[in-house]
Amino acid sequence: MEFLSPSTLEEALEAKSAQPEAVPIMGGTDVMVELNFDKRRPPALIDLTRIPELTEFGPDGDHVRLGAGVPYTRVIEHLSERAPALARASRSVASPQIRNRGTVGGNLGGASPAGESHPPLLATDAVIELASVRGRRRVPAREFYLSLRTTARREDELITAVLLPEPSGPQQFAKIGTRNAMVIAVTSFSLALDTERQAVGTGLGSAGPTPLRAEAAEEFLAGEFDWEDGRPLAEPVVREFGRLVAAAARPIDDQRGSAEYRRHALAVMARRALSWSVTDYRKGVTRCA
Amino acid sequence: MRVSFNVNGEDVTADDVWPGESLLYVLRERLGLPGSKNACEQGECGSCTVYFDGVTACSCMIAAGQAQGREVRTVEGLAEGSGKGSDRELGSVQEAFVEAGAVQCGFCTPGLLVQTDDLLERTVGAGRPAPEDSEIREALAGNLCRCTGYEKIIDAVRLAASRRAAAGSEA
Repeated sequence: MEFLSPSTLEEALEAKSAQPEAVPIMGGTDVMVELNFDKRRPPALIDLTRIPELTEFGPDGDHVRLGAGVPYTRVIEHLSERAPALARASRSVASPQIRNRGTVGGNLGGASPAGESHPPLLATDAVIELASVRGRRRVPAREFYLSLRTTARREDELITAVLLPEPSGPQQFAKIGTRNAMVIAVTSFSLALDTERQAVGTGLGSAGPTPLRAEAAEEFLAGEFDWEDGRPLAEPVVREFGRLVAAAARPIDDQRGSAEYRRHALAVMARRALSWSVTDYRKGVTRCA
Repeated sequence: MRVSFNVNGEDVTADDVWPGESLLYVLRERLGLPGSKNACEQGECGSCTVYFDGVTACSCMIAAGQAQGREVRTVEGLAEGSGKGSDRELGSVQEAFVEAGAVQCGFCTPGLLVQTDDLLERTVGAGRPAPEDSEIREALAGNLCRCTGYEKIIDAVRLAASRRAAAGSEA
């Protein structure tokens, strides 16, 4: 096994192009587990922690460009206003030590359906930036997850950044687990209200082979929501939203929870996230007036 | 491969490092620093917590090559003074753990010490108030104690925090 330490993105892309089976490593929180337990022996590791561009974030038009290698701790510290759902999800990742190392880019690379980043990226219509020696391209998160642990990333590509749209309304993230820390989500849910476009975004984690959206729930709520004043929704509307979110899930029974429990929990989280959003929305409306 | 970095203020070099091995393995097996403990090897238990460029991390999840040129501080670096063993005095967090009876089998202790040291650096050490219990619990959420000695551990953190705050206000 080789250990490659490129100091520029160009060098890293050349290495990945020459050896597509080489595994990129940043925080190591997934990759090192596989190595420590002998589950994987890639021909090479490409250490991306020395490439400054990957560990930076800043404005990019009306988006925030978040380098793929920015650890969760910094997302929480710096992006809680510019990317509230992603910051909340980041706060629920594992433990302080893991949040100091783990990255959104790594979450996307592994593409576990339980990854905390995915539901907020789906709900907020974020965009993934991929690069290879052939150039850079951008793929909406909503087109990124293809099948179990398979994404739109081509084998010679590296994930370089995530583009997070400026929030235009309340964003929520909720997660169910057996304790507050060190928990792989039994299931998770993210909701984003887009006031400008009067649109609703959702993201479901650990609810199917890939992170999912509940598109019927999004359309239903966009039609029912009082975009003018954010008046509280009638109980049957809230229930129907929860039902539609649960109906979008394609969960399995496994050691963390049954499919039935996951559907139930998703409906509950969806209703809660909606009620928090209505409260936040009304605060926002009052502030603007 | 060869890996050189700084541990507890000293420049060190490890040879014949396998590219897939962890920083934890290098510390324990190649550099004679067994303070960081190897328990879960998957970031669940926190027993191998070290400072890595000033930020706490599980050393089992850092590839050895990623440490090249970096600064590492292990539990061995928390004691004060130079030299080895009894030539050195326990650091204030270590003292507090001893006094509060926060050590049972001791396996989780090194990780808890480093993580507590970091919590106190970021709170009382940075001019903020002593951490609330909820903040202590959150900071230590990634450090498992299977003797279930958490209450004494939290007592120790409170003790270390109050002493450090008192020392800070005298200075």
